[in-house]
Amino acid sequence: MSSPLLETVGLRKAFGALVATDGVDFDVREGETHAVIGPNGAGKTTFIKQLSGELQPDTGSVRFAGEDITRLPPQRRSRKGLARSFQITSIFHDFSTLDNVALAIQAYAGHSFRFWRAAREDASLIQPAMQLLKQVGLEGKAQVLATKLSHGEHRQLEIAMALATRPRLLLLDEPVAGMGTDESARMVKFLETLKGSKTIVLVEHDMDAVFSLADRISVLVYGRIVATGTPAEIRANAEVRAAYLGEEG
Amino acid sequence: MRPAPRTWVLAGLLLLLAAVPPLAAWLDQPFYLDLLRRVMIFAIAATSLNLILGYGGMVSFGHAAYLGIGAYAVGVLGFYGIHDGWLQWSVAIGASALVALAIGAVSVRTSGIYFIMITLAFTQMLYYLGISIEEYGGDDGMRLASRSQFSGLIDLADPAAFYYVVLAILALFLYLTRRLVDSRFGRALQAARSNEARARAIGFSPYPYRLAAFVISGAMCGLAGALLVNHTLYLTPEFMNWTRSGELMFMVILGGIGTTAGPLLGAAALLLLEDLLQGWSLLPKAVTEHWQLYLGVILVLVVLHAKRGLAGLIPGKNE
Repeated sequence: MSSPLLETVGLRKAFGALVATDGVDFDVREGETHAVIGPNGAGKTTFIKQLSGELQPDTGSVRFAGEDITRLPPQRRSRKGLARSFQITSIFHDFSTLDNVALAIQAYAGHSFRFWRAAREDASLIQPAMQLLKQVGLEGKAQVLATKLSHGEHRQLEIAMALATRPRLLLLDEPVAGMGTDESARMVKFLETLKGSKTIVLVEHDMDAVFSLADRISVLVYGRIVATGTPAEIRANAEVRAAYLGEEG
Repeated sequence: MRPAPRTWVLAGLLLLLAAVPPLAAWLDQPFYLDLLRRVMIFAIAATSLNLILGYGGMVSFGHAAYLGIGAYAVGVLGFYGIHDGWLQWSVAIGASALVALAIGAVSVRTSGIYFIMITLAFTQMLYYLGISIEEYGGDDGMRLASRSQFSGLIDLADPAAFYYVVLAILALFLYLTRRLVDSRFGRALQAARSNEARARAIGFSPYPYRLAAFVISGAMCGLAGALLVNHTLYLTPEFMNWTRSGELMFMVILGGIGTTAGPLLGAAALLLLEDLLQGWSLLPKAVTEHWQLYLGVILVLVVLHAKRGLAGLIPGKNE
């Protein structure tokens, strides 16, 4: 088997006496959707921030596509193809939905010292942007100002913008958090369409979403990974049931 | 795409301006030619400021610097007997761009109140430099021996010809600004204004785009300065006074920040109101004597009731 796309070895991060990440070995294979679950306070956010580069581990390493990226800042990681969608919405509020995605494509396409041609009439920006909006199910809102979108639509737009930079790996931080049942079902359906073509790390509370999307699941409890396996294996795992699934009923 | 109502209003305004010289001649009121030429020159300067203020989110409180540099380029070359307009205006544009590059390289790295203070400080330096050079009249300024000369092709001494030159430059700059704002460059500039953190996250580094916009804006305003000194025939450091920077900023805000027609509307509203309140014989003396007070009240009302400025009153999409 080929080496994993993303791999952490002995990752450890402590905040004072609290060890938030405690010797985590974790790997993501090319093309898989790998979910990270765990009860509140298990250290999921601390862990994903070390993957995106917003936090640096005390010891241990992060490798991406065979390269040590442990000390790289987020923008460098993003250039290497590691895109993150944020838990908190971060978009261009006074731009239309389509313009938001077109901007992300424009940024990926290199420098923007092009002064003459109208960007809104530039097919090389608009067509792929429209394609991405269709993919996330926002094509009907293309001309709407981004600030007027609902919470769920903001999340969809965020993912479209993350996809616009053609990442090799997508870090999704609670993509269905705060969504209603319908919205969340639509988002899960969309993420299913990405499966296989994109490598995804999914951090999520919603168990329905996790079990329907993940190829593998890692369970994080008190900063340690207590189990990694297929959804069926995780369901059957006694330790996981005791530590986690049991609590949720 | 169908042109928006604002585009029609703008086109209508430019046509109206084009009709002024024959009308003024017919009514035998050459004064109006003079007044509207002044309005258009300030509209050019305000348009250049709007590029960085409205679309770039850079609140430059020192834009009068480039009016001054453009004016000095014409005035000082004229002082040494060089009246060739091609050269004078090229120097006005080039020198303004260079100074904008120097000022911008330092100030564009800052934002908010620091940016305002740094641009103001640089302009005050230039203002005092202008005052201190006795050779060019210092504080008092100096009279121009002649208007810029264009190899006999255009005679700026002919009021109507000069008027049409200014109108053509205004129309050209409005068009260029529109193209610039809609281009990839303009989109990157506006993205950095809208959400700088996000712009960085998708891979835009705002600094080079902001600096480029700052230089383009300075160069445009330099040409406005060259026009202004040809209009007044008098070179004075007052062109660079900080109150002048404030006026330009006010024109942009009054007319509608980040709109194409805004700077023209703002310049026209401010300067025409000023003129009307000072000189209209139908107004009571109490008004004409204390015109600034009444002007202030009118401006406050407009700003309060038209949040997007005068251009915001015309239906259409806000950018």
